[in-house]
Amino acid sequence: MSEKVLMKGNEAIAEAAIAAGCRHFFGYPITPQTEVAAYMSKRMPKIGGVYLQAESEVASINMVLGAGAAGVRVMTSTSSPGISLMSEGISYIAGSDVPCLIVNVERGGPGLGGIQPSQSDYFQATRATGHGDFHMLVFAPSTVQETVDLISDAFDLGDKYRMPTMILSDGLLGQMMEPVVLPEPKEPTDDKEWSVRGHQGKRPHNVVNSLYIDPAVLEKLNFERFEKYEKIKETEQRAQEYLVDDADIILVAFGASSRIAHSAVDAARKQGIKAGLIRPITLWPFPEKAIEKHVGHAKAFLSVEMNMGQMVEDVRMIVARRKPVHFYGRTGGVVPTPKEVLQQIVKIDGGEL
Amino acid sequence: MAKVMGERPKALLDVPLHYCPGCTHGIVHRLVAEVIDELGVEGRATGVASVGCSVFTYNYFGCDMVQAPHGRAPAVATGVKRARPDNVVFTYQGDGDLAAIGMGETVHAAARGENIVAIFINNAIYGMTGGQMAPTTLPGQVTQTTPYGRDTAVAGNPIRVCELLSSVKGVALAQRVTVDCPKNVRAAKKAIKKAFEYQMAGKGYCIIEVVSTCPTNWGMSPADSLQWLRDNMLPYYPLGVYKDVGEEGEE
Repeated sequence: MSEKVLMKGNEAIAEAAIAAGCRHFFGYPITPQTEVAAYMSKRMPKIGGVYLQAESEVASINMVLGAGAAGVRVMTSTSSPGISLMSEGISYIAGSDVPCLIVNVERGGPGLGGIQPSQSDYFQATRATGHGDFHMLVFAPSTVQETVDLISDAFDLGDKYRMPTMILSDGLLGQMMEPVVLPEPKEPTDDKEWSVRGHQGKRPHNVVNSLYIDPAVLEKLNFERFEKYEKIKETEQRAQEYLVDDADIILVAFGASSRIAHSAVDAARKQGIKAGLIRPITLWPFPEKAIEKHVGHAKAFLSVEMNMGQMVEDVRMIVARRKPVHFYGRTGGVVPTPKEVLQQIVKIDGGEL
Repeated sequence: MAKVMGERPKALLDVPLHYCPGCTHGIVHRLVAEVIDELGVEGRATGVASVGCSVFTYNYFGCDMVQAPHGRAPAVATGVKRARPDNVVFTYQGDGDLAAIGMGETVHAAARGENIVAIFINNAIYGMTGGQMAPTTLPGQVTQTTPYGRDTAVAGNPIRVCELLSSVKGVALAQRVTVDCPKNVRAAKKAIKKAFEYQMAGKGYCIIEVVSTCPTNWGMSPADSLQWLRDNMLPYYPLGVYKDVGEEGEE
């Protein structure tokens, strides 16, 4: 067994990816994720891997497309404005059915925004990371340990479903240090039968492509991809429930804000308010089942986010006006306090909201 | 008895090409395929198709192929080559792709000395979208988006790519060729072969610029297009070797 070590979130991302058999990293510096790249630049040359600093996020995601098309485990890491630049490439990657890992250590926006933690890329990650009809698997860890664990799953599921996956972290999780146990390292593999690696005269050529001029063909491919997405929605939803079985007020929060919501739930319970927390671990597919299960007994929901209200729309869609769904958020890099969240719970409990 | 004078190269698949009559893409495809055949590398080659008229090259070359976003072929090729260093990797790009939207990726792939070959088709116009101004459109040239002729005071100046890249350390070979006559076709093939050989020897980034025609969007017959190329393009884009690190490689 590996021993427990103290690691910074961003460095743990890099080491976990290496443990998952990733030997190809392409990136571009941006705060607050640069430690991922710096760590990779130190480690990759020592283990026969590739670290390459691209000239832009536009180039780095296309290097990821090339290496992913060639069948190796590949990743990039960036922060919010960088994802905007990568959105074209991510769309091509999804349209070409190429697996890869994209890490977004979110910061406040819009525009250049700020460098403090935020969750304001929820829509971008779950709805429209680029043009066209497609989805990525999106994971939202809430601790450094969970980040480590989800990276391995993200690579495995990306390969299984032949699609891009995202770890949606934020400046808080990326910069904090926590004890982690790293998984047993896996050997890199690169034997995907559809990949470009030279046909050696043994098969017809492989083509990794997203262009289909005939609308009927393109529609059929999109239909097939969405059938796959339906299967993923059925089997890959993940959420953690905390004190929800008897809860009147159910908080919904992911990532860094779920840690704050967790403390607020504890504080509410001390006051005799039956609060609970559903923490989505997958943001796409959104854990509809976990929420649906509790719509009956809950009196109200409260979505707590570090943005102006994005995930709350998914919660409202599931609750479908059967119960009130409230929202509390801070934005621009401001992190809500447990006390602020508790005040919201108390107001809901007292019928003030 | 009929005699077969030249067979289709094996690396060029037996499928109909979509190119317009008189377009020089067909010749260049054939030359690249002949070089792949002669070097015996089809089984370990990967081509990167770009966006523009040549986007469908992934259907034409027999080697493995990836289709890249507009301008990003050098970055995609970098990813393939870094993942599969033993593969022979080439891009096939037009002037809009390589010298406008993809100039950043091109210059940086060159500066890194990526071991890839860029086949660069310069026909001074955007073909696929129907004849708009390209970064290589000549001063005064009429296109759909320079209907009064390219006014350099407004639309800027044409970019001479080989000259530009000749100043970049990391470039092993930068050569401009054309395919307007058998002699030049032979010279073009020789240049393409050298570029592939340089890659296999690990010398760095190689670019072969092929001054080409677009009869459809130039609004000329194929024969007139070749003459227009000789009279107008070659004076602005002189043929020649702009950089060649030779046997020894770069200092």
